[in-house]
Amino acid sequence: MFTPSSMKLTRNAAIAFAFTLLFGMMGCANVAPWERGNLAKPQMDIDPHPLQTEMQSHNYSSREAAPSHKSSAGGGGCGCY
Amino acid sequence: MKKIKQSFFIIALLLLCSKSALADHLEQISSACDLKTLDGKPALALQELRGKVVYIDFWASWCPPCVKSFPFLNQLEHDMKEQGVHVIGVNLDEKVKDAEEFLTKHPAHFSIVADPAKTCAKVLEVMAMPTSFIIDKKGNIRHVHQGFRPGETEELRALLAQLVMENP
Repeated sequence: MFTPSSMKLTRNAAIAFAFTLLFGMMGCANVAPWERGNLAKPQMDIDPHPLQTEMQSHNYSSREAAPSHKSSAGGGGCGCY
Repeated sequence: MKKIKQSFFIIALLLLCSKSALADHLEQISSACDLKTLDGKPALALQELRGKVVYIDFWASWCPPCVKSFPFLNQLEHDMKEQGVHVIGVNLDEKVKDAEEFLTKHPAHFSIVADPAKTCAKVLEVMAMPTSFIIDKKGNIRHVHQGFRPGETEELRALLAQLVMENP
């Protein structure tokens, strides 16, 4: 029979279970220095192609009367630095 | 008064124990390490190097500072081998093939061994790549060096020269 107190208990248990599950599913793990071979690969970099990114960003922001993407001042549209 | 005497005795005993425990890093490392050659055969036992100054360098093929450290290690082997310095490179790659490819590009003129089970790295608590341990003639770790920057080589050389002069 469900009483208000037993319902509360079930809800608390469900919350506790959900928390345990969430903490259990966290992907944090200690990576030993000798296990960092894959992480050290260039394709694992946050920005694997910095030159390409820079050029794309430059082209994207170089519009008519637009400032350079790195400048807070207004620009003449040349996208100059 | 008796209590004070007792506590002195206990402290002396503890000091003695701790000294004997610290006395021989080489023996501890040697018993814990399972070093192999790159093709999987049993490699040298570190204990055999007692009486020499040992420079153990942990490296991996994917680590850029390790590339920079190899010319220094080669030079060290060339310059100080006669004086009793033994340079060992312990590879920690997960694939032996990576290490072999690295060694064809960057030849090593010093001993290269592998630590496939990573027992040695765990015992010595290697925290960075590369990490070097300098062990004196008595078998004690005298210096731990993490990373490699060309500016630091003189300091390492000076320490090695000093350790070589010590009596075993």
